[in-house]
Amino acid sequence: MKNDLNKIMWSTIGLLLAAVWGLPFLYSVWTAFHDEIYSANFVLNAPLTLENFFEAWQAAPFALYFLNTLILITIVLVANLVLCTLVAYAFVRYRFRWSGFLFALIMVQLLVSPEILIVENYLTLSRIGMIDTILGIALPYLTSAFGIFLLRQTFMTVPVSLDEAAQIEGAGAWRVLWNIYVPLAKPIYLAYALVSISFHWNNFLWPLIVTNSPEVRPVTVGLSVFATVESGVEWSLVNAATLMTTAPLIIAFIIFQRQFVANFMRAGIK
Amino acid sequence: MNKRLPFGLAMVLLFIPCLLLGAFTHYPAFRALQNSFWNNSSSRRPSKFVGVENYQTLLQDDRLAQIMLNSTLYALGTIPLAIGLAIGMALLVNARLPGTSLMRLSFFMPTMLPMIAVANIWLFFYAPGIGLASQILGVFGLPPINFLGSTETSLISMMFVAVWKEAGLFMIFYLAALQAVPENLKDAARLEGASATRIFFNIVLPLLRPTTIFVAVNALINAFRLVDHVIVMTRGGPNNSSALLLYYIYEVTFSQRDFAYGATLTVLMVCLLGVLAAVQYWVLNRKAHYQ
Repeated sequence: MKNDLNKIMWSTIGLLLAAVWGLPFLYSVWTAFHDEIYSANFVLNAPLTLENFFEAWQAAPFALYFLNTLILITIVLVANLVLCTLVAYAFVRYRFRWSGFLFALIMVQLLVSPEILIVENYLTLSRIGMIDTILGIALPYLTSAFGIFLLRQTFMTVPVSLDEAAQIEGAGAWRVLWNIYVPLAKPIYLAYALVSISFHWNNFLWPLIVTNSPEVRPVTVGLSVFATVESGVEWSLVNAATLMTTAPLIIAFIIFQRQFVANFMRAGIK
Repeated sequence: MNKRLPFGLAMVLLFIPCLLLGAFTHYPAFRALQNSFWNNSSSRRPSKFVGVENYQTLLQDDRLAQIMLNSTLYALGTIPLAIGLAIGMALLVNARLPGTSLMRLSFFMPTMLPMIAVANIWLFFYAPGIGLASQILGVFGLPPINFLGSTETSLISMMFVAVWKEAGLFMIFYLAALQAVPENLKDAARLEGASATRIFFNIVLPLLRPTTIFVAVNALINAFRLVDHVIVMTRGGPNNSSALLLYYIYEVTFSQRDFAYGATLTVLMVCLLGVLAAVQYWVLNRKAHYQ
């Protein structure tokens, strides 16, 4: 009996905290789905409307922004998966001079990440004429120390006997990588992909610096350009645009909630 | 079985990734150091070597002093609060209460949102008059506060945004750690008549120590790295009261076009992170205690 009461009490506290925590987001949702006159004015039976979303969608080239983000994410993800796999494979399966030193050099990126080096990376990019291109946004992120670290940890758990058996069967370096190492690391690839996609979907500062024209802007930069309130855009439109640009991630999260949380845990624990 | 790496294969496996990494991590760090000893070039005169002049500017820069103070306050304010909340959330979500999935959704949602979306949501929340924050104050008959527009409250308002965004992510790490706490330890303590509070403080909390160190270090680095909300919400203002170091680098370089001073500030940032990494290494090496 006392136990039940305890449970009810903690459950109430938890739900209360969850409600408070959700307030800023819910307030934004409320405004996005109602007419401007209800934005600071709670009338329970205020009519719901999708008008704000249509208006925001037409006020700025969001379809283009989405496409740009999609291209950016794809370039980064494919490059990361391929390049990190190659490097991790070299470190796990082979020995070579300076390998420890080289690995330490690579791990420097975990700390001194591209966000910190915006000044010099911008100069490099303008020297090679890649300012204002999607590839230019992607360049500093094409190899990831985090991905290399994660895959190296995983590849080290591949049983040596499997590798040797494949070699006896006459498999070369590439067959061994493709048929033994890669399949065994599948969950890690998935986890890494989720983290990478959400990171690059959300990335803002570097794309903001690199892009000038709408043709290459990712959604985050597009949203910030649209939502500069000094330009006189209504709050309901800003909120609709904010929700719209994050909706794919939110929907994906609600559908894959369990896997997402599990994968974040796996990817985060080094 | 570790074979020697043949040269040809080494080139295929390592050349491109290392080239990219070198070009966008090591080279720019080195260039920043180099450029910090030169002044800006203009169309009329090329840049020339000025020795430590930029560093003298740095030491006498009152804005920078204020910004370093802001960054320190920001880190000291957000990290403990976010960690405390994250532990509380993880305990609630882990307790198999009714409504758990709703709680998890609410706590974790901000982590999924881009910082820029979070900034917009909170910009609206804080908006004078129309925002929910000032409406809640109004209900209690309190005078409205211009959260982002006054020097006393702008930094604290930004700190709340960061805590809101990050606590959910930290909760996930604690959730993983809580699930690894052995049940038999708690059972044994319960048999000995320990209260739930004592079990938490004497058994669970010590076992969470490695997670706390990991989370704290990541949060510390993030506190220096994440400035999207500053750009969107306050632009460091009013009067620099909410500016952070990376924001200052951004502003000096890309608004004032002072690339030399931007490089000098970058060197400062890299050194700062280097020191933090050294501290991290030292702390992590001492934590072996519970594992």
